[in-house]
Amino acid sequence: MSSETSAMGGVGGLSSPPTSKSGGGFTPTPRYDSGSADWHADALDVDEMVLNMGPQHPSTHGVLRIELKTDGEVVKAARPHIGYLHRCFEKHAENVDYPGVIPYTDRMDYVASMGNSLGYALAVEKLLGIETSPYVQTIRVIFAELQRIASHCVAVGTYGMDIGAFTPFLHLLRDREKILDLFEWTCGARLLYNYNWVGGLSHDLPDGFVKACRQFLREYDAITVPELMDLLISNKIFIKRTAEVGVCPVDLAISYDLTGPNLRGSGLPRDLRKDHPYCGYERFAFDVPVGKGQYGPVGSCFDRNWVRAVEMAESSKIIHQALDALEKMEKADVHEKVPKRVKPAKGEVYGRSEAPRGQLGYYIVADGTAVNPYRVKVKSPCFTAMSIFHVLAKGMYIADIIALIGSLDVVLGEIDR
Amino acid sequence: MEFTYQLLRSAGLTDLPPWLAVALSAIIPASLLITFMAVGPILYVYAETKLAGFFQDRIGPKRVGPHGMLQTVADAVKLLFKEAIYPAGADKLLFVLAPCLVVVGAFLPFVVIPFGGRLQAADLNIGIFYVVAVASVSTVGLIMAGWASNNKYALFGAMRSAAQIVSYEIPAVMILLVIVILVGSLSFQDIVSAQLGGLPNWFLFRYFPLNVIAFLVFLTAGLAECNRAPFDIPEAESELVAGFHTEYSGFFFAMFFMAEYTEMVIISATASVLFLGGYLAPHESLQDLALIGLPNVGLGPFWLIAKAWALVFVMMWLRWTLPRLRVDQLMHVAWKVLLPISLGLMIVTGGLVLWKPTVLGFPWDRYVGWPLVLATLAYLVVGIFRAVRWSRRRPQELAA
Amino acid sequence: MDAKGINDKLAARFGEKVTGAGLEAASPFAVVAAESLLEAAAFLKDDPELAFDNLMCLSAVDYPKETPPRFEVVYHLLSYKHGHTFAIKVHIPREEPRVASVEGLWGVANWHEREAFDMFGIAFVGNSDLRRILLPDDWAGHPLRKDWQDPDFYNGMHVKPTPQMAERAMGGEKIGVGPFDFTPPNAHMEP
Repeated sequence: MSSETSAMGGVGGLSSPPTSKSGGGFTPTPRYDSGSADWHADALDVDEMVLNMGPQHPSTHGVLRIELKTDGEVVKAARPHIGYLHRCFEKHAENVDYPGVIPYTDRMDYVASMGNSLGYALAVEKLLGIETSPYVQTIRVIFAELQRIASHCVAVGTYGMDIGAFTPFLHLLRDREKILDLFEWTCGARLLYNYNWVGGLSHDLPDGFVKACRQFLREYDAITVPELMDLLISNKIFIKRTAEVGVCPVDLAISYDLTGPNLRGSGLPRDLRKDHPYCGYERFAFDVPVGKGQYGPVGSCFDRNWVRAVEMAESSKIIHQALDALEKMEKADVHEKVPKRVKPAKGEVYGRSEAPRGQLGYYIVADGTAVNPYRVKVKSPCFTAMSIFHVLAKGMYIADIIALIGSLDVVLGEIDR
Repeated sequence: MEFTYQLLRSAGLTDLPPWLAVALSAIIPASLLITFMAVGPILYVYAETKLAGFFQDRIGPKRVGPHGMLQTVADAVKLLFKEAIYPAGADKLLFVLAPCLVVVGAFLPFVVIPFGGRLQAADLNIGIFYVVAVASVSTVGLIMAGWASNNKYALFGAMRSAAQIVSYEIPAVMILLVIVILVGSLSFQDIVSAQLGGLPNWFLFRYFPLNVIAFLVFLTAGLAECNRAPFDIPEAESELVAGFHTEYSGFFFAMFFMAEYTEMVIISATASVLFLGGYLAPHESLQDLALIGLPNVGLGPFWLIAKAWALVFVMMWLRWTLPRLRVDQLMHVAWKVLLPISLGLMIVTGGLVLWKPTVLGFPWDRYVGWPLVLATLAYLVVGIFRAVRWSRRRPQELAA
Repeated sequence: MDAKGINDKLAARFGEKVTGAGLEAASPFAVVAAESLLEAAAFLKDDPELAFDNLMCLSAVDYPKETPPRFEVVYHLLSYKHGHTFAIKVHIPREEPRVASVEGLWGVANWHEREAFDMFGIAFVGNSDLRRILLPDDWAGHPLRKDWQDPDFYNGMHVKPTPQMAERAMGGEKIGVGPFDFTPPNAHMEP
């Protein structure tokens, strides 16, 4: 009993909101609650040191703060602190209507916005019982896969930069620029698109899009992917830095809900696009890369990155097939099934989709009486990936900590929402 | 120094008091060297940023001055005007002294680098020994910098860096000893004189494959001495912000920077003297401007600087290509790979000099030189052609 | 196995502890009594035909207008072995909300429960590290509850402007500063 009451009232400062209107009588409370006492300076051993990384740090992929208890270079315990980018997405979602949530979803994982809005739109369509036309579905697949390529460019490029290889990052970003140009041409935005609407899309494809996309894919298949594999993935130093580091066995990965490339890097061939296809993915043939442990144990940082690099090539295959299918299809109106007012009946849905960083889940509760959602809970793949961090970080070197965070491919916007 | 003294004498300044003559003949070469070393980093930083741009498929600095040539000058001026921030709790004396020591350790080896037959600030007969001894002064400065900053990150960086430098000095010194064994003297001038006779006589192309391996080992160890990628874990930007010079701003940072580039040039110049013939031209006729009728204008400095800068280019090329090694992997390379190789080289070289083996009656080390030279040149030329063709590729336009 | 089969197995094992079901929903669920949550979750995980080895999402929802007013904690489960999904819910009272932690079964529950505690104030008994995760450590209250009111001040800063503040600002009063008095740097300049 005492543990619960102390858990309730002992943390989090005050237990009720302050009632004074003038704000007088304000006494500053301590900013950082370290939680457990064995991280304070006088509780450490004589050769232990608490090192703080971030929130401002070149390699933490966002505003992430990690406290490391180290013995020289070896990490004995790690504690990540998140919440620096918390923007109250779930509360906002209760105050706007269903289509109005979509710009908010874009801003969660800002590196891969198409995936976020696609997942949300599919979940609401499942709630409403809307089935979009094959034309809309194919366009959605094309943009989701283009976004996957762009997101992996950032992920693998910044990971190379963390390891010390500066050049592949710039080569990959040069190619990501071409993808962002395609996006800007279609919907006007480079990063946060508001493109996948409930029931359709915001803009139809412009004329000449298919040709431009094929042109991009030509250069991409011929130059980018081989250069990446040659310059970074097969580099002996890169392999030495990553192949024995951050090994995550499969059962640990499942228990801590690692999904996407993180799970596939540990050897489990699970991909939502193959297992429970949505949005027309069943029409396209592609392989799902699985970590094989070529240079070290299965589930190392190298495996996760290798899976992402190979996925970049597979996405290109999907886009080729989708473009072929698009040319044979007759055009449909992308706003045809977009409802004028989204007011679903009472119910709830858990919609999942395969975002570039893992499985993105939206739990949407509708109470049937309002145009606003009653509750939108987002299960972001980076949130669960970060939860395994303190388990894997024990016993590593500090340089490997950087390698680990980058290989989990975290984006703080999605963790904090 | 004696050269300057004789120059002064022959210029007619015979009635100078002796102390003034000696002082001038020390100060003039020193000021020339310091100017060369202090102005050099401007050039090297510009080269680095431009090269980084070209390697990364972008242009690099291009706005400040023609083709961005004044960018580094602007950076240097900015650094000079920056406020020198002293962290609270830092040991003021050590904090200020540390960059001075690092710079001194980087500048002093220039005294013995020969720019020409007599163009050497001091022709010490223990030249190599002097270089090794004096280059270690900067390690002390590095540790001082990490300690005096009162910053855990800086301390980490300084520890890593000190361990790295000390570990890699050993294979480097052993390779130096290989050349000393072959020459029989520690003096730089003697080493250059042993390579007279044109390109195939340079030590790199003799005693194949020993000296090629020795050259590569020396370059690798030298890279680690300068804390350059792939051995730049002490200043790993993505992990420790900036390692041991995290807390330094403004002019102090400029001093560290300068010292790093100067050390790169030192290593390259030493490697050029030891393996690439120093100030010797590839062919005797190119040693001075006799071909265009100026036999008294020696081209020694030109050749030495060209070779040193070529090696500096290779170092920069490596930096932008390779990821960095983790600190324990770095140590592994030093102690378990480079050290046994350099020990083996030393022993084999000693055996060679003692027994002078020949194969089928003629001296094999001279005859392997020419084919190796031609092969290297051919490889370089073909590589440049392919690189130019690759950089001019264009994706084909699709038919409408 | 489909949702009806899972629900039947669950009901067969736990009888009247399973107090409700929503099998026609887009994502089917069963409601389990709060006291037997840990047992039910362990059964769902360990039973070889069910084998729910992955907790996809743990959400808390606030229903103040239902009778009785309650929190619902929803556990979405997935089986990688068989490929099926299912959800279970528990209803807990809004005063002193308390439910067992499933951290021992699925490691990811640690962080999900911390978030539910942070946003709703639900105490998860057995969670090894129950403290706020997204909000600052000295934040007061639990914002995702339906009766949440933004506080007026947080550490001396106004949290949101009110229409009355706008009126007073038009009247020339210095608005936007808390109990700390300061003069802006450009106070001497003409507007």
